[in-house]
Amino acid sequence: MTTPFYVSPAQAMQDRAEYARKGIARGRSLVVLQYADGIVFVGENPSRALHKFSEVYDRIGFAAAGKYNEYENLRIGGVRYADLRGYTYDRDDVTARGLANVYAQTLGGIFSSAAEKPYEVELVVAEVGVVPDGDQIYRLPHDGSIVDEHGSVAVGGNAEQISSFLDQRHRDGMTLAEALHLAVQALSRDPNGAEREIPAERLEVAVLDRTRPQQRKFKRIVGRQLARLLEAQGAATTPTDAPSDEQPEKPQQ
Amino acid sequence: MEANPRSTGRLPAAFLTPGSSSFMDFLADHSPGLLPGSRPLPPVQGAVEAPHGTTIVAVTFEGGVVLAGDRRATMGNVIAQRDIEKVFPADEYSAVGIAGTAGLAVEMVKLFQLELEHFEKVEGTQLSLEGKANRLSTMIRGNLGMAMQGLAVVPLFAGYDIDREKGRIFSYDVTGGRSEEQQGFAATGSGSVFARGAMKKLYRDNLGEQEALTLVVQALYDAADDDSATGGPDLARRIYPIVTVITEDGYRRLTDTESSGIARAIVERRLEQPDGPRAELL
Repeated sequence: MTTPFYVSPAQAMQDRAEYARKGIARGRSLVVLQYADGIVFVGENPSRALHKFSEVYDRIGFAAAGKYNEYENLRIGGVRYADLRGYTYDRDDVTARGLANVYAQTLGGIFSSAAEKPYEVELVVAEVGVVPDGDQIYRLPHDGSIVDEHGSVAVGGNAEQISSFLDQRHRDGMTLAEALHLAVQALSRDPNGAEREIPAERLEVAVLDRTRPQQRKFKRIVGRQLARLLEAQGAATTPTDAPSDEQPEKPQQ
Repeated sequence: MEANPRSTGRLPAAFLTPGSSSFMDFLADHSPGLLPGSRPLPPVQGAVEAPHGTTIVAVTFEGGVVLAGDRRATMGNVIAQRDIEKVFPADEYSAVGIAGTAGLAVEMVKLFQLELEHFEKVEGTQLSLEGKANRLSTMIRGNLGMAMQGLAVVPLFAGYDIDREKGRIFSYDVTGGRSEEQQGFAATGSGSVFARGAMKKLYRDNLGEQEALTLVVQALYDAADDDSATGGPDLARRIYPIVTVITEDGYRRLTDTESSGIARAIVERRLEQPDGPRAELL
């Protein structure tokens, strides 16, 4: 038997964090934004079958960047957690805060256990409130921490740059079309500053819409509805990047 | 690892095990005590007294299906509840109406709704209407032990089949036996005999939505007329049958104003003709 080399705990954690961060950075970024009637999830996703966003419960949505099999596992775990909790108590007792806590504990446990490889995922758990002030967005990095976000959040490869882009331009009370346009603008910026076009077929868009009459507020936006929203905003904005003061016209819905 | 949904600790391994998309299978693995069918039956002599729900009727029409139920629950000769709700949405395109032991039935529906929702969330797609009907079958079979002690649950399941673009009705027996109603109408519960008789005479193939809505309330009126356990429209207390309709636009429950409109019109006519509309002799 050979004696293992001594590696300081700090060094070991740093290595694991770097490993996880590299894995996450390989994935495409996605953004989650608050708008007047709820929360919108936007990401570039060439696949129609493997979703990055999904419904967890009535008012709770899930978004993930990184390794598919790992976040899919966490997603299903979250759905099971939420459904079991709602079945045991009541539908109102399932909250994003509770779910985010469980995810943080799970990710943290895996991250610091030497027997497991750290998950290369970064999650967003969002809950739409009855009023905009009730909206909650939590970002869960690979190491088990929770970040309480407001307004907008980006995760995945180019997250830092996209976040700062969004922070400067996002404001409260945007319409869905405005928020969607801003999200697409943010996602189309390459790390070197160049812009590229993301066709509508490669966009995955979903909303938690507080105005939906159904109990379940999560809805995917696809096909014609997506095209209409992208168009509505395209016609209403000036070609410059800078946020304009003029009120863009409301999208036809 | 603690198997505890209340803790805020790490998710137990069962939650992260890939495999089944069924919430019931997950419950059976993780906390079988929560599954209605897995509870041990207490030894009892004779029947257990518990509120029973009574009559549910369903009718298909062009473009959908209507499912309705009366509002009475009885316990022996006592009216246990006047305004019980016995028709529930199962998901966006189907509904379930329950007859039998009310407490067990409501629990069954709650689990059934969750089973469909869970599958939809995990798989990203809905179960087929047949698949939904089969899941309900399994759940009824799980209640067989209770049924043999007099606590049976016999639902009626109706839904809009998106693939075939039509409304379909499935009826069940206590053992979970399932049959699709081909003639376009069905009833379950103590007043079902009378309701079926009424529907047999009033049903025709080319019913419109509004006619189908009137037909189910007529059938419930006839059931209440001859079965003491079925409640008719209660104009004094403003309690009217629950009427739901499922089309390609999804599930919709009629508002109180709508169902009271239909019920009042029928009561009005019956003041003159107490046995309701007459069918031709030949």
